[in-house]
Amino acid sequence: MSTETKGTGTSRRGFLKGAAATGAALGAAGAARAEGDPLITEVQEWASGLGEGVDATPYGMPIEFEGDVIRRNVEWLTADTISSINFTPIHALDGTITPQGCAFERHHSGAITLKKEDYRLMINGLVDTPLVFTYEDLERFPRAQQTFFLECAANTGMEWAGSQLNGAQYTHGMIHNMEYTGVSLRTLLEEAGLDAAGDLKDKWVYVEGADASSNGRSIPMEKALDDCMVAFKANGEALRMEHGYPVRLVVPGWEGNMWVKWLRRIEVMDKPVESREETSKYTDTLEDGTSRKWTWAMDAKSVVTSPSPQMPIKHGKGPLVITGLAWSGRGAITAVDVSLDGGVTWQEARLAEPGKPMALTRFYLDINWDGSEMFVQSRAMDDTGYVQPTKAQLREVRGLNSIYHNNCIQTWHVNANGEANNVEVS
Amino acid sequence: MSKFPKFLMAASVAALTAAPAMAEKLGLGRAATEAEIAAWNLDVFPDGSNLPAGKGDVWTGEEVFAEACAVCHGEFAEGAGNWPKLAGGADTLDHEDPLKTVGSYWPYLSTTFDYVRRSMPFGAAGTLSDDDVYAIVAYILYSNDLVDDDFVLSKETFLDVELPNAEGFIVDDRADTEYGTFTNRCMSDCKPGAVEITTTVVFPGDPNSGTDATPISQAVMGTAAAAAAPAEAEVTEAAAEAPAAEEAAPAMALDAELVAKGEKVFKKCKACHKVGDKAKNGTGPILNGVYGRAAGTVDGFKYSKPMLAAAEGGLVWDEAELSGYLANPRKYMKGTKMSFAGLKKDKDIAAILEFLKSHSQ
Repeated sequence: MSTETKGTGTSRRGFLKGAAATGAALGAAGAARAEGDPLITEVQEWASGLGEGVDATPYGMPIEFEGDVIRRNVEWLTADTISSINFTPIHALDGTITPQGCAFERHHSGAITLKKEDYRLMINGLVDTPLVFTYEDLERFPRAQQTFFLECAANTGMEWAGSQLNGAQYTHGMIHNMEYTGVSLRTLLEEAGLDAAGDLKDKWVYVEGADASSNGRSIPMEKALDDCMVAFKANGEALRMEHGYPVRLVVPGWEGNMWVKWLRRIEVMDKPVESREETSKYTDTLEDGTSRKWTWAMDAKSVVTSPSPQMPIKHGKGPLVITGLAWSGRGAITAVDVSLDGGVTWQEARLAEPGKPMALTRFYLDINWDGSEMFVQSRAMDDTGYVQPTKAQLREVRGLNSIYHNNCIQTWHVNANGEANNVEVS
Repeated sequence: MSKFPKFLMAASVAALTAAPAMAEKLGLGRAATEAEIAAWNLDVFPDGSNLPAGKGDVWTGEEVFAEACAVCHGEFAEGAGNWPKLAGGADTLDHEDPLKTVGSYWPYLSTTFDYVRRSMPFGAAGTLSDDDVYAIVAYILYSNDLVDDDFVLSKETFLDVELPNAEGFIVDDRADTEYGTFTNRCMSDCKPGAVEITTTVVFPGDPNSGTDATPISQAVMGTAAAAAAPAEAEVTEAAAEAPAAEEAAPAMALDAELVAKGEKVFKKCKACHKVGDKAKNGTGPILNGVYGRAAGTVDGFKYSKPMLAAAEGGLVWDEAELSGYLANPRKYMKGTKMSFAGLKKDKDIAAILEFLKSHSQ
């Protein structure tokens, strides 16, 4: 596609060529500048000719200039992309909803292709009637809709050992936030009947996927009946293959590994399975060698997405928008503070909207940057009274061998040129 | 330590006290059959409940492990490349960078059995017999010095084994150790003086570029600029690298439908072999151009001795040779590194050959 060959008006290049032919290129260019920006003073091709018709792209993709706003992985982190992770480009997004096409992926045996017609969901175990549902069956239950974040327990895990990767995408990008539509898990469990389970207080459900990893997790009955959702739509459209099409589990506020994709079975049990994903993985080893298990909730956390290493300040001093994301798996964000001096002084940022429980909250701090170096940090508060801790505070409790659940305050060092780097500060 | 997570004892018991029995049923779905439940309900619990019948000894386990697991996990379960190590690491959990294996970290043997049976081997989950699973688990125990070489694992002996880290876990205690402490919202004079940088970033550049000197802002922008014309650059590069002989070869006619079928069959191979523009050697060599190529010639891949010997002998991967190899790799070439059972159906072999052909022109 060309923006210069079409149209009959005087293009910028034509204008300059003409000027050069008269031997007065510099003077003419200067005159053009004095008269105004040619993008304004001259009729541009796009303002004169015609654009693409409808249906040129039956399903639209972002315009080519946004081609770098994509998921990225770090090749050397894992043995194979089939059992691996990539990162949402949170540095380049605004608002709170993550488009499905750039929402991070985590697969244990690859993203599978499962047709709706081939989909089956079984509920078995301590239920009155073990049932099998088809996809069409699920669509006939009363629907629920709500927006939730999903954060991998390992998000920011690399940073436990120090500042490792240079960009909010890499340090905090194992997160996405989508508006889900589906059926509450409670509705489905009640359809199978829970009388057979007796007292529900000490009961569990086990959930597993249809892919080769099956990725099973045990969830306490209380959570299962509280707010879990069996979802088939995200942001209004079908789930993407990489996020579990046609059906995934939504476990609000809890670590992403529990949000089983390609959900195929829900079993009511009187004890947890103690599966691989809840013993050998997703457990947190403390300094003395003992490990925490069942650390399901994602604690309050935030990060400045711009400026950040991938989003340097290019405009020099003057008005600057500092923005970022905050979230809590235990409630709603009530406030976010930003520090420009590495945590000595803090000021309260502006929330774009009041925080919603277990969903991303966007914050802004509008400043007049004087061009001096900054140590930019953000700190989230949620409605339990919890204040996002520093890495030092977390290390004091957990030691140095932790991987998961690193919700520490992040520091970006912004130099006078506006370039940002990932650092730890005193 | 409470046996149950703290949050369950907190306020939100409302979810449990509503009476589910009173909920109106919609009559959707159908009853699951016993055969269906048996097919999917594979979970094995720490107390051994729901274990299947069967047994396996250490020596059988060694053989099965060598065939099905060693390509990623090493002959002795010590791990290969970036793949998980299953043995070793005893007494490292309170050290820096502990080595977490079945022997050093996993609390329950049932977890190993359950996981191997449902999810392994990578790329061929659900193909092991229950006896093989018992044998593999017995061998993993042996590799961790937890059983003797005459040990036979079965439903009956399962609870005789206690893993060393069985008592090494506590239930999430953040409510006691963290939530009460992380409440101070200091707004000014929160640190004694001006802050200093204590740690600078380890990988300052694009983590995939290998050129750490490039600031990431430039590296990322560079990617964006390059993204405008990636296809052209790759084509030129590929053309420059293509040997003259291949250029002269006439393009092979392809059956598109068969290629598509082959792509599906190739899922069995994908864990180890890559094709396409971005393909790199993994556990197995890249397969671009394999059809009609001299064996053992992919740059940078470490072939087995038998494969190198065959290459020396002039083996070329034509239709007949590839068919023979894929039907039964270990029979075709004793000692090959390719730990794959083989494609039993001729039509699968035909499809995959067509698919590989499509990546060979």
